[in-house]
Amino acid sequence: MRRVFHNPRFWVFAVCLLPLTRLIVLGFSGGLGANPIEFITRSLGTWTLVGLMVTLSVTPLRRLTGHAELIRYRRMLGLFAFFYACLHFVTYIWLDQFFDPAAIVKDIVKRPFITVGFAAFVLLVPLALTSTHAMMRRLGRRWQQLHRLVYAIAILGVIHYLWLVKKDLTDPLVYAVVLTLLLVLRLPWVVHALQAVRSSRRVSPQS
Amino acid sequence: MLIRPPNDILSSEITPHEVYRERRRFMQGMGVLAAGAALGVAADVEAGVRLAGVRGSAYTLNEAKTPYKSVTTYNNFYEFGTGKSDPAENAGGLNTRPWTVAVEGEVNKPGVYDMDMLLKLAPLEERVYRMRCVEGWSMVIPWVGFPLHELIRRANPTGNARYVEFVTLHDPGQMPGQRSRVLDWPYVEGLRMDEAMNPLTLLAVGLYGEVLPNQNGAPIRLVVPWKYGFKSAKSIVRIRFVEKQPLTAWMKATPSEYGFYSNVNPQVDHPRWSQARERRIGEFFKRDTLMFNGYGAQVAQMYRGMDLKRYF
Ligand code: HEM
Repeated sequence: MRRVFHNPRFWVFAVCLLPLTRLIVLGFSGGLGANPIEFITRSLGTWTLVGLMVTLSVTPLRRLTGHAELIRYRRMLGLFAFFYACLHFVTYIWLDQFFDPAAIVKDIVKRPFITVGFAAFVLLVPLALTSTHAMMRRLGRRWQQLHRLVYAIAILGVIHYLWLVKKDLTDPLVYAVVLTLLLVLRLPWVVHALQAVRSSRRVSPQS
Repeated sequence: MLIRPPNDILSSEITPHEVYRERRRFMQGMGVLAAGAALGVAADVEAGVRLAGVRGSAYTLNEAKTPYKSVTTYNNFYEFGTGKSDPAENAGGLNTRPWTVAVEGEVNKPGVYDMDMLLKLAPLEERVYRMRCVEGWSMVIPWVGFPLHELIRRANPTGNARYVEFVTLHDPGQMPGQRSRVLDWPYVEGLRMDEAMNPLTLLAVGLYGEVLPNQNGAPIRLVVPWKYGFKSAKSIVRIRFVEKQPLTAWMKATPSEYGFYSNVNPQVDHPRWSQARERRIGEFFKRDTLMFNGYGAQVAQMYRGMDLKRYF
């Protein structure tokens, strides 16, 4: 048991469960406000997007800090983003539309923000299915190509958010800025520049 | 002024929040005496104080009323922030006394009404109305107020008055949401003259028999139950009679999404979402949205012959 608490993966896992735990606690203590279904849907959507952003920050962080072992948490983070996306989708299907297939199809076609969110969700599915080591080995180079889809998914997620707010774009724009930063950090020349900075620091004696 | 005998003021009515507000007023330089006098009034106009002499009315519904807590904590009132709980959290700093409403424009009897005049203008009555938000949720709210036509009759509009414009207070010091430019402040709404004269159209000063809480549009607001909620301007300081159709805050912000009429209409969707159904706050299943929010018998004739898809 001790060993478990010394394992950083356990703590990452526990932290990833906090948003869900919070919703459950609030649910039992009557803390979800006047419109609990909206509260739950929005909270799960927010954490899906946060999950995607955190997953996308692993590689830049690794490059910036040189901590190569960070990569070990990436899959768990990505799967948690998918987990929250599933819950978000289920609350929509169940609490928002009550399993009415006609209404759901109409909604997906008719409401652009739902169309985009749905596309993001559908694209996440193959990534989740191919997240195992076995799949990585089997797909080889194509695994990486496939998983580049996550960039598109994150962009669709931000558009989904931009299109659903009534007027105040502040929050979705914050995500848009963060995502832009995360994507810029992946541009080849930025990567080179960062590497140059890091290697020059390594040779300087005092740092 | 409706100053009640001092023994009427329960100590429980003098909340710390009120004390804070009075202190603020004091510091704003009104002086000891003025602050003392204001304290006496404040107990009378504070949200939660029962309004005296409220009559019943024929406007009741066979639907469960939305609990007071939901009505006063789940609000769209961008002057205090864009989150649903922001108004309840941030509206405490709004000073609802002294408060005046200027009635002006194309009228024979323009004037400035203070709240005491407005409260005595016509008998206060309770009206239970459905409230449908453009976002797809709804409530049932027992308002207290008087029909707008009572005020219009006194103002005696000229033949040029074809529309009525309502303007909300613009004071970023008291309304922190106005420090960010989500809308082009001040908030402006409008009605066609016949809509303003319709017996359903209410100027509300209370809910649940009590003084209107700030987050619900204190001290005086419009209630137009067959239109989406945003048409019902809150914390009104000016009512102006005009010849041309007013340009409302939401029309300015997104003309493709919000039209002048904004009648509740399940057949005309918002460009980004359906208006066919709604979530009644407190209910689990969504319910069908009714044409004119269920007030067709009283209002449909005003729109006869109009293409409601075009005039949304
Ligand atoms: C990767 C996929 C997705 C991401 C990242 C995502 C993200 C979000 C975010 C950030 C919000 C707003 C939260 C807030 O307002 O605080 C949201 C709301 C919402 N999302 Fe998603 N979403 C995704 C997929 C979906 C899917 C597949 C659907 C349904 C088919 C959906 C339906 C909704 C609905 C109905 C809302 C609430 C809108 C409202 O309350 O007005 N989302 N989502």
